[in-house]
Amino acid sequence: MASAKVTINSPSGLKITIPTGIFIDNEFRPSLQGGQTFESVNPATGKTLCSIARGSVSDVDAAVASSRKAYKTVWGKKSTPGQRAAALFKWAELIEANAQELAELESLDNGKPVWMARDFDVADSAGCIRYYAGLADKIEGKTIEQVEGEKLAFTRVEPLGVCGQIIPWNYPIQMFAWKVGPALAAGNCVVMKPAEQTPLSALRLAELSIEAGFPPGVLNVVNGFGADVGDAIAKHMDIDKVAFTGSTATGRRIMASAAASNLKKVTLELGGKSPVVVFESADLDQAVNWATMGILYNQGQDCTAGSRLFVQDSIYEKFMPKLIANFKAHKIGDPFHPDTFQGSQVSKVQQERILSYIEAGKAEGAKVEVGGGAWTEGAGEFANGFFVQPTIFSGCKKGMKIVDEEIFGPVLAVAKFSTEEEAIQLANDTAYGLGAGVFSNDSRQCMRMASALEAGTVWVNSYVALSNAVPFGGMKASGMGRELGVDAIKEYTQVKAVHYNYGEDLDWPLPAKL
Amino acid sequence: MPTLNLTFPNGGKSTVNTDLFINNKWVPALDGKTFATINPTTGKEIGQVAEASAKDIDVAVKAARAAYETSWGEKVPGFERGKLLLKLAEIVEANLEELANIESLDNGKAVAIAKAFDASEVAACLRYYAGWADKNQGKTIEVNDTKFTYTRHEPIGVCGQIIPWNFPLLMFAWKIAPALATGNVVVLKTAEQTPLSAYKMCEFIAQAGIPPGVVNVVSGFGPVAGAAIAKHMDIDKVAFTGSTLVGRNIMKNAAETNLKKVTLELGGKSPNIIFKDADLEVAAKWAAFGIMFNMGQCCCAGSRVYVEEEIYDQFMEVLEKVCKSLPKGDPFQASTFLGPQISQLQQDRIMAYIDSGKKDGAKVRIGGSKGSGDGYFVEPTIFTDVNPDSKIAREEIFGPVVVCSKFKDEADLLRIANDSMYGLAAAVFSRDVSRAIGTAHKLNAGTVWVNCYNQLNSQVPFGGYKASGIGRELGEYALTNYTNVKAVHVNLTIPCPL
Repeated sequence: MASAKVTINSPSGLKITIPTGIFIDNEFRPSLQGGQTFESVNPATGKTLCSIARGSVSDVDAAVASSRKAYKTVWGKKSTPGQRAAALFKWAELIEANAQELAELESLDNGKPVWMARDFDVADSAGCIRYYAGLADKIEGKTIEQVEGEKLAFTRVEPLGVCGQIIPWNYPIQMFAWKVGPALAAGNCVVMKPAEQTPLSALRLAELSIEAGFPPGVLNVVNGFGADVGDAIAKHMDIDKVAFTGSTATGRRIMASAAASNLKKVTLELGGKSPVVVFESADLDQAVNWATMGILYNQGQDCTAGSRLFVQDSIYEKFMPKLIANFKAHKIGDPFHPDTFQGSQVSKVQQERILSYIEAGKAEGAKVEVGGGAWTEGAGEFANGFFVQPTIFSGCKKGMKIVDEEIFGPVLAVAKFSTEEEAIQLANDTAYGLGAGVFSNDSRQCMRMASALEAGTVWVNSYVALSNAVPFGGMKASGMGRELGVDAIKEYTQVKAVHYNYGEDLDWPLPAKL
Repeated sequence: MPTLNLTFPNGGKSTVNTDLFINNKWVPALDGKTFATINPTTGKEIGQVAEASAKDIDVAVKAARAAYETSWGEKVPGFERGKLLLKLAEIVEANLEELANIESLDNGKAVAIAKAFDASEVAACLRYYAGWADKNQGKTIEVNDTKFTYTRHEPIGVCGQIIPWNFPLLMFAWKIAPALATGNVVVLKTAEQTPLSAYKMCEFIAQAGIPPGVVNVVSGFGPVAGAAIAKHMDIDKVAFTGSTLVGRNIMKNAAETNLKKVTLELGGKSPNIIFKDADLEVAAKWAAFGIMFNMGQCCCAGSRVYVEEEIYDQFMEVLEKVCKSLPKGDPFQASTFLGPQISQLQQDRIMAYIDSGKKDGAKVRIGGSKGSGDGYFVEPTIFTDVNPDSKIAREEIFGPVVVCSKFKDEADLLRIANDSMYGLAAAVFSRDVSRAIGTAHKLNAGTVWVNCYNQLNSQVPFGGYKASGIGRELGEYALTNYTNVKAVHVNLTIPCPL
């Protein structure tokens, strides 16, 4: 059956053709539920980009059946690490070869600047796939000394089977890579649900995976909505593990569904309200720059966004004007302009959520230092985009919504502190524990803070920059499990211990030992 | 810039540089000396290559050190090093035939095997270590809360690598891959018998974008260039694969100069044990493969075969049949399995062993003579009724000569199998896997094969017990050979004791 494709005319002049179907068994086809579709919108302009197939529960069932078959016949233990590595290496190469097109597609669907999508998102994603390709033949068990001459004890590190993966809309390509890299390298098959706000780049990545040589069924992609497709994955009796990145609220539901169905393994990467602490000994200008980056990068739509800033009182008056100036210094607007740093939020719903938090901030008595509403200076079609002004609130306290809840936008809550103890207490006083930053030139203080901060990633004198080789994940309500680095393989494998008797005979009845 | 234009018997063509490869450039030896490399199938000279002296080693080491301090080592992150090794692997794969042709011409091994095995495994090895380049991780180690303690896994620096002539391409890859992945730079000396394929690899190294000075390759002789490497005061580590005799010298030289780190992969006299419950036909084929592969020129060759008495006669019949059936002759014929030995010297050495075996009273079941033709051929040879203390039973022959004995008592057999100064490899054949594993655990060898022989993989370590060597190549273990562990203790709250 011919797969439907759509061509999107990019503002750069590039014509981007993507398949629009549900991707199962290396083919794209309409949804099993009456060929239903949904629209993808360009959030920088508010215009519809295209219609794509909307997955249903039946599509999830079909995807799982396909992945299970592939797992039993051509992947998992039926494949060699070399085969898996080769396909992943090839995929990484293809992603790099199509970087510009993928970046533009990502930008049109998500609203982020094109140059960032290309030089960060796409580049790091190819690097991530390549990282796990190199790990595929290095997943090793152990042999463990027992009584010599009697038994050999060893562990086998085996894949889990069919893994459901549900990814968010803030870094569509990168979240896709973080999920599939370790899963596929370890021999699992994947049923992937991209976010409904950003379904497009996943379709192109899936198309490239065919060329990379993955057998049919190893990777299946079902676009659709959380309420049916995501829910079906979390509840599915033949999915062995679900990995979810998104909101804490949804994460709870996923985990509850996993428990109620087949006790599938769960890893979650959830929200954050990450603290950035700036001490008086810090390099002020650098701290200002990193703190700005920490909340404004990706339009504040980063689970580790440094959204609570604590500045030591002795430097507060010097720090704030510089920070405020930074919030006015960058270009907002057309994601296709090479100078743009801040694009649109991902959707109208998100924009409205952020704006309502801003109103709550005002209502609860925090002071707007800069920003404080929608960004309306977009010319032409960008006048209809979902932009938000970079906003700083000062005088923030616990109990305010803008301090306690994750806003997921370019909105920073600032407060002062006096002592290190107070900073630690304030920083850790959150249900979340994803990221944290400390700025200080006192190395012992940095060490103490790195130890004291309750976060899965602590940045010392920097913020937000990650590495494919370094593990990432949350403490407390920010999640469970780690992505990236070699540790991620643990989340996609299970250890089987083998006790291999080769020299012990058993007497019966068992002689009592004195 | 001198080159050799080669035309191969299968119609292939290649041009190979013959100068030294330093800083990604081709340079003549400083004293202009060259030496001949011989085609062992014809006994004729292929051409002249540069002969490195100690002065050339100095130049290479300087280039390597400069690269280490400016454009490799910690100046290039692991994932970048990995990408370059991947690129090299890709180029190798695109040029398998050319590499195999050169290898076969210079070494005498069958070209079909050189392509399907040697050259292909080079790419696999490079790719394997490319994947390690950004994963050589240290640890943070909790001691107490007064300090922060961690380890760094750093490269060692400039590594001298001396490789043999039996698997020139593969030995080249086994050496440079882990060294480069971990951030080291290399000065590598090829064997004087087989300088050519490495020089082709050097072209690919430059093509892949590996910076100048990271890999430097010299052709030359052991007593001059090899010794210069072992003695060099600015080489931080030497890795050698070759004879135990030369290995001792290398280690001595290292000890007497700057105590550079030493890893050695030396000789073997590996026992192959066939129990009576083995699948006889299959075991005999493996045993033949174990000694005859690469014309017996494998450090891990199964050169002593011990067969349980009940099946001895039957086994020997099959072994004889298989060995006789191995196609021998022109390595450029697609069906050839056995080519010539590497050189006149080696042929003479092997023949001297055969003669000593005959003099010692051992029986020649098949072979025992030179092969026909211009090349350095030796007939596949099976000795039986061998005195266990004779030279042919104890010393490494490095040719297609196997010494077969029967055994009755398993405990005695194990004692005999382990009674060797060597400990590189061993094999056990039995349908009873429990018995095989039990025996495998009792053999003093770095690699034990159960129901197979000569099966290696880049992911699995390889190296010797006893006089067969120091250190392990391949697998994650090889990284240790090229890593310096630095422990860092950061004081947080410890007051000075004074």
